[in-house]
Amino acid sequence: MRRVVITGAGTVNALALDVAGTFAAMREGRSGIGALDFPDVDRLSVGIGGQVKGFDPALHFTPQKRALYDPFAQYALVAAREAMRMAGLEAVPGAPDRWGCIMGTAGGGNGTVNDAFRAVYAEGRSRVHPFTVPRLMNNAACSHIAMEWGLQGPSFSVATACASSNHAIGLAFQMVRAGMIDGALAGGSEAMLNFGGLKAWEGLRVMSPDACRPFSKNRNGMVQGEGAGVFVIETLEGALARGAVPLAEIRGFSMTSDAGDIVMPSVDGAARAIRGALDDAQLSLDEIGYINAHGTGTAANDRTECLAISQVFGARAPKVPVSSTKAMHGHLIGATGAVELLACLLALNEGVIAPTINHQEDDPDCALDVVPNHAREVQVDAALSNAFAFGGLNAVLALSKL
Amino acid sequence: MRPDVQDQIVEIIAREALREPAELTHETTLDELGLDSLGLVEVIFAIEEAFGISVPFNANEPGQSSFDISSVGAIARAVEALIAGDTPATVVA
Repeated sequence: MRRVVITGAGTVNALALDVAGTFAAMREGRSGIGALDFPDVDRLSVGIGGQVKGFDPALHFTPQKRALYDPFAQYALVAAREAMRMAGLEAVPGAPDRWGCIMGTAGGGNGTVNDAFRAVYAEGRSRVHPFTVPRLMNNAACSHIAMEWGLQGPSFSVATACASSNHAIGLAFQMVRAGMIDGALAGGSEAMLNFGGLKAWEGLRVMSPDACRPFSKNRNGMVQGEGAGVFVIETLEGALARGAVPLAEIRGFSMTSDAGDIVMPSVDGAARAIRGALDDAQLSLDEIGYINAHGTGTAANDRTECLAISQVFGARAPKVPVSSTKAMHGHLIGATGAVELLACLLALNEGVIAPTINHQEDDPDCALDVVPNHAREVQVDAALSNAFAFGGLNAVLALSKL
Repeated sequence: MRPDVQDQIVEIIAREALREPAELTHETTLDELGLDSLGLVEVIFAIEEAFGISVPFNANEPGQSSFDISSVGAIARAVEALIAGDTPATVVA
């Protein structure tokens, strides 16, 4: 089977509008979470989030295109451009029908839905914007990336809630490895920070009123973010042939289903996914130098995830650095795995493990090395990235240096 | 205690737990009724809608909330306090 590498990365998130800025924030342990700013926010009980700041669509898109793009598509397109630039590509190398686009999202054009419903329900208007459907559809980000870069091979969007982008990246990896395609743009995008989007989350009563504190004993819920992460994924052979410098090798991927509860996570499902990724990657426990946790900051996820890691890693569990960067950029739902993969690239390439900020109190239920509050410099040769979704759908990626 | 409020609370909880209201007493706990975390969130939603109040409750730290959910009677008393405008000291959510 073919070896698969990442040669480019791009992002837009609450920490920064590019990869370099995101890396800098992760090194510094800086938070991008703050007071939410959008219409009717005062009617929400949740007042904080990881909102993208300073993003000016006019800098990136013509007025005609802007009318067609929901923010989730805009973030994805800008991230894809950065990824292509980093990969040194002005167009896909080789046959366009051998390249695809696979993008995760949970809410799709949720802001467009919010605007349209506001117009017809709250304002009593009789029509919505004519592009409402092409803006809101979950595959809009994927299709626009494919159109912009002429990707004519297998392309689709994946919706597995909080695991969407890990599933998207993992599927792209498997398709390239198997020879179905030669490369892909893959990742995730999300933009649900609007009144209707967050009102729904509020109802579940899992949101924190003040901060995301993964693994901290006094954690009290998740904080939502938004943005995108996109990667250029191709064969090692192809990358080397054109003189590209791979950022990391994707070694393995595993997906499992809890088949249990619609919101409560299971230790077994998560553990099977972690073990499956290690097996697929043919990596031993000792080789893993970092785990980017799902680490949502909810009572249930963090406890369950730590149990799963402990179950798989056994005696080595307390020795593996595990961090959740959600405390900094928030939970990007369908895009979260993509932005968190950047933390893995930072660890593998620069030997910097992004911290779990907001750590205030050790939790005996989370007795792992959670890299509290400050980044750590240590050589990392291989890493895992966990994503465990509502609905019990789990997806874990394994990466290594070349 | 206000009988009308109590009756309504019992009715709401019984409905969510798929029981007859007569099966519930003040001492009945949600655990005994087999209500899981989602069931509890639905009960609180129904109470908020029925009484036009906002219940401070975060599923991440159910024990931390000043809204006492230890029994049917405790919930009724907590709702009465909210209706009376006695804002709980520590609002969590």
